[in-house]
Amino acid sequence: MHTALFWFLAAVSVISALGVVLQRNPVHCLLSLIVTLLAIAVMFIGEGAIVVGFLQAIVYGGAIMVLFLFVIWLLNLGVEIGPTGHIALKFFGTLAVAAMTAELMAFMLPPHLEVKYAGHVAGYGSIDSLSQKLFSEYLVAFEVTSVLLLVAVIGAVALARRTSASEIAQNADDSARRAQGAS
Amino acid sequence: MRTLVQTLLASGFFGRNTPYDLVAAIAVFVLSAAVFLGVAFPFAGIVSWVERRVWARIQSRVGPNRVGPNGFLQWLADGVKHVCKEDIVPTDADPVLFKMAPYLVVLAFVLPWAVMPFSSALILADLNVGILYMTAVTAITVVGVLMAGWASNDKWSLIGGIRSAAQIVSYEIPAGLSIFPVVLMTGTLSMQGIIRAQGWAPQHWFLFANPFTFVAANILFISALAEGNRTPFDLPEAESELVAGFATEYSGMRYLFFFMAEWGNLFIIGAIIATLFLGGWQFPRVSNNPVVMNVLELITFNVKVLFLVFVSMWVRGTLPRVRIDQLMTLCWKYFVPIAFANMIGTAIWVAIWPEGNPVAGYIMFAAGIVVAIVFIRRVVFYAKRSQMELYYYPTI
Repeated sequence: MHTALFWFLAAVSVISALGVVLQRNPVHCLLSLIVTLLAIAVMFIGEGAIVVGFLQAIVYGGAIMVLFLFVIWLLNLGVEIGPTGHIALKFFGTLAVAAMTAELMAFMLPPHLEVKYAGHVAGYGSIDSLSQKLFSEYLVAFEVTSVLLLVAVIGAVALARRTSASEIAQNADDSARRAQGAS
Repeated sequence: MRTLVQTLLASGFFGRNTPYDLVAAIAVFVLSAAVFLGVAFPFAGIVSWVERRVWARIQSRVGPNRVGPNGFLQWLADGVKHVCKEDIVPTDADPVLFKMAPYLVVLAFVLPWAVMPFSSALILADLNVGILYMTAVTAITVVGVLMAGWASNDKWSLIGGIRSAAQIVSYEIPAGLSIFPVVLMTGTLSMQGIIRAQGWAPQHWFLFANPFTFVAANILFISALAEGNRTPFDLPEAESELVAGFATEYSGMRYLFFFMAEWGNLFIIGAIIATLFLGGWQFPRVSNNPVVMNVLELITFNVKVLFLVFVSMWVRGTLPRVRIDQLMTLCWKYFVPIAFANMIGTAIWVAIWPEGNPVAGYIMFAAGIVVAIVFIRRVVFYAKRSQMELYYYPTI
């Protein structure tokens, strides 16, 4: 990838990431997050990891962000006005953020994290090499993830399921009988 | 693209020391401008006129026939009218998002043209993940539509936007799953690769390759209509309930952008189906001249796409709008399970016949012809029995 292009995309993603944190309107924050994710997707594509880039655009930029927008709109969050919370919360919050940043810096700054760039191996970033790895070397992790997602789907259905009228009547009967027994 | 730039540099037209990147950038700008201004936008305009004429015929009306021959210039008149109108931003709207939303929708309409395989040579970029790219960039529409609905700060717009998002996100799943059978059979995601894996004759198309791909093609077409907010799935802009849905507060050029993208998306829907299932630009090799072959392939591809565009107009003129619960039932209870079954079925088929089964192609094609004949006979039978008056003049 061209260096100038990299700096441009890096600037876009950092500025929009700051926008996520600093803006007051939650919808504006979310749209900034979409810009961040799309900029990172373009970076992936520029580095030759085309499949990962497009999957990021489809999954994060498209589907998941839309679900987030739904949640925010249906919960009807207003514009956050002014600082909220106790002064102690702010104090300890700032401390925690500083500690976190220091920890991240200790990991990220050289010489701990040297850029190890092996160059493009054959078939780098193509869907063939990705699926070869996914279905041979990382098969167990892949299958465990799919089971986890299945559990999440079933859990969501169980939570969202409406109780039918007969079940409500049954529950009312039970509690009435229990109340009688107690008296 | 790369060869074109190298040819340009070698021709010496740009001078000796011109950097490669500059020429490449100019070539990309000129070519994309040519595609959008010369193909995409006029297509969206002309289709709006064709569609109104076709509906009018289906509903025994005349349709727009005043501007130009047979009303052909109606789309230009509409465009000029919209450009001249005032661009109103409501006081309570979120001004930045309100102004930005139509551009996002148009962006999602122009980006797919980069991988549109018009012929064996005419393609801007033959990405090796072409069909995945199509899916990724058309997903941007939903952000634009939701943004328009929310930023208008109006209940009709918000309901329209949320309906549209729910619909598009749901129907992306069967649409995506219906692409996989073809990918399983070819082992590539590139548009040109998928077309090259098929032949010019119908029995070599993936539509007739096996029963699963036939079902997948139909699911993909219906899901694409739903994603494009077309009748019978045009709930987001249901005029009788929501004024104009997410576009209620828009006026002038911004309003036009939404509808230009909607009509232009018809071509993209048709192109995806034609590429995946109808053999794309494949044409019998009648000449060794590459120019002649490319022109013939361009015509073939466009005929297939325009036929599909006509079918979607036909559907729109015929079927009433579905309810929102029917829409969701159709997607989640029927299309998603059938699409999964298709995928598994195709995987088994490919495991048994890795090179494809030529006999199945002929049988499926014959079955398709039988279905078409039965359909035409029924239409003729009812047309005769109801003693309707048929007018055969296409131009009034």
